[in-house]
Amino acid sequence: MSAAGASALALGLQGCEGCGLLSRPAPNRAEGRCPRCDTTLEFRKPHSLQRTWAYLIAAAICYVPANLLPVLTTTTARGVESDTILQGVVLLWSPTGWPLSLIVLVASIMIPSAKILALAYLLIGVQRRAAANDAQRVRLYRSVRFVGRWSMVDVYVDTFTAALVQLQPLMSVQPGPGLLFFAAVVVLTMLAAESFDPRLIWDAADRSEVRHA
Amino acid sequence: MPELPPSLPESRVVARGRTRPSLVWVIPIVAALVGGWVALTRILDRGPTITIVFHSAEGLAAGKTAIQYNGVEVGRITAVRLSEDHRTVVLSAQMAPETEDLLVADTHFWVVRPRISGANVSGLGTLISGAYIGMEIGHAAAARREFVGLETPPVVTSDVAGRYFVLKAPNLGSLDTGTPLFFRRLQVGEVASYALDSDGAALTIKVFVKAPYDQYVTPNTRFWQASGIDVSLTAAGMSVQTQSLLSILIGGIAFETPAHGPLLAAAEAEAVFQLYDNRAAAFLRPAADPQTYLLLFSDSVRGLAPGAPVEFRGIPIGEVLSVHGEVDPRTFQFSAPVLVRLDAQRLGVKVVDPPSAGALPALRRTLIDNLVAHGVRAQLRTGNLLTGAMFVAFDFAPDAPPATVDWASEPVRLPTIPGQMEALEARVISIIGKLDQIPYQAIGDDLQGLLSKLEAVPYQDIGADLRQAIAGFDATLADARTTLDNTNAMVAPDSVLGAQLEATLQEVSRAARGLRVLADYLERHPEALIRGKTGEAK
Repeated sequence: MSAAGASALALGLQGCEGCGLLSRPAPNRAEGRCPRCDTTLEFRKPHSLQRTWAYLIAAAICYVPANLLPVLTTTTARGVESDTILQGVVLLWSPTGWPLSLIVLVASIMIPSAKILALAYLLIGVQRRAAANDAQRVRLYRSVRFVGRWSMVDVYVDTFTAALVQLQPLMSVQPGPGLLFFAAVVVLTMLAAESFDPRLIWDAADRSEVRHA
Repeated sequence: MPELPPSLPESRVVARGRTRPSLVWVIPIVAALVGGWVALTRILDRGPTITIVFHSAEGLAAGKTAIQYNGVEVGRITAVRLSEDHRTVVLSAQMAPETEDLLVADTHFWVVRPRISGANVSGLGTLISGAYIGMEIGHAAAARREFVGLETPPVVTSDVAGRYFVLKAPNLGSLDTGTPLFFRRLQVGEVASYALDSDGAALTIKVFVKAPYDQYVTPNTRFWQASGIDVSLTAAGMSVQTQSLLSILIGGIAFETPAHGPLLAAAEAEAVFQLYDNRAAAFLRPAADPQTYLLLFSDSVRGLAPGAPVEFRGIPIGEVLSVHGEVDPRTFQFSAPVLVRLDAQRLGVKVVDPPSAGALPALRRTLIDNLVAHGVRAQLRTGNLLTGAMFVAFDFAPDAPPATVDWASEPVRLPTIPGQMEALEARVISIIGKLDQIPYQAIGDDLQGLLSKLEAVPYQDIGADLRQAIAGFDATLADARTTLDNTNAMVAPDSVLGAQLEATLQEVSRAARGLRVLADYLERHPEALIRGKTGEAK
């Protein structure tokens, strides 16, 4: 898979992501517009690494309160109870309910953290111009992008529950501050995944090949 | 590699402002700031952490059980663990930050569970919501973080105005915490707690009287057990005394201040009172100075029971404590030592007011010595002919043999005289004995001699002498009448003697007037005694 090939960048050309037209940028210009469909043309996403890092760090910071603060506040006749995500996992864990507990654990705790770690791994790989496991890293990136939107399921469930369970004197559910941070983690990791340019992985590989050659 | 077409179109150049890459870094900075702010408020929101020790953590759960003050959640149990000696349960609780100054030395915690007692039902809400921990805020200044929880919730919380008073009672009766307190049949307070004294001799009952009723408790207020129904049969008919239906069911304490007593200021908080069994006992003059004495009776003590009254001429001054029997093994003399408790002050003896503590025994001794010297003796009397119940009466017995009180013995023995029946019996026997001793034979002989002498009297001569004496008496009476007539004439209003006496008295009157003029003048001019009537000459 890591067969060397001529990339558009190596040839000094830009491919349009909108219509596929291959064009040559104006002299001394890295960016332009596609002459056919007016899509923005660039060799690589601008400041991809920097932006990805920024989103990733923000996501990592938000990940801490997302897990420490309660995401749901349940008011029942028994009193007020605030549960964090982890408490919810523990609460759901029972001989019959463990699959549900596992889903929450995977979707809400493992996937966001895995995403953050995977993106960090990809970024470090690009920056260190690592050439090994290029194909695997690309697959990792694809799975990160695919999984990203599904993490929002947690937020949707919580907001729906809060909106529906309003049996006032008996029971009511309010979203907690943790939910806001959790949503921020999901959005920020998606933004980080979007701003990462997977072509950079191959650029590194090309360059190292050039260096080795 | 495919061949490139020779002419590739060139992309258009669009003038574009340089994007600053640093702008994207605002996002992690904002995230860090928000996260940091949330963390900071969380840390600042953490109030003090306290521990509470309970006997049992039944119904309590870490993270679930709340600490409430007046229904407001002020904390939450964070951990429940056994104490190191495994005897008690230690709860850790995270309190709200504003409770910092509420956690003082006399702040109390207790577990609120459903509680149903005779007087009240409380904590029913916890049947659904589960137990929670109640809190009462103390008034002490010293902060505290380690508390020992109350096993029973306080009946009265500190935010209710009023005062606590302490009652001493020989037994608890039907009282319990929460038993109502009545003043004029109005419920004004409750029993807050009770405890057996450390010597086991009495109970200390703490009662709470709500404001403004606490002002009616004065130092001479009487408290009594108002439990149940008191039926009494008197000369006026039958009377039934109760406080309220509630007190009939669950008991109660009533208090009242004697109307005839001195008007005193309200009693201090925590003042100690005696709790009497009933209203009558409460309104007896309180035994200000009770003393134990021994009475040794030689007659039967049948019908004399502990608690029987001791009266002094009908005024109750004490009660019988115990009755025993003793037989002297040598003489086979039976005697019954009876212990009585007397209060000499109930006799209304006015002691020096206020009597100093040291002077009181000496005063009492003088009083009893004098009473005994004047013939006061103890005696068994029948109080009730139907039941044969006896009581001890102190009364003046003028013919009792003289006795003194031996103050060295313990308890002091007071002299007694036999009971009424026994005394009567003794008197009848002595009369019969005296009758026996009369010398009927000699009396008969003497009478006979006397009669024979009477027969020898010359009645004829005596009659003549008497007649002569009566004639002489007649003459004497006639003389006396003449003398009286003369005297009458002398003092008649128109007699010479009367006229002369009147003239003399007028002279004396004139002389007295002249003397008064002279005296007046001398008073105004005392110098006239020496200088003569100088004022007249001018």
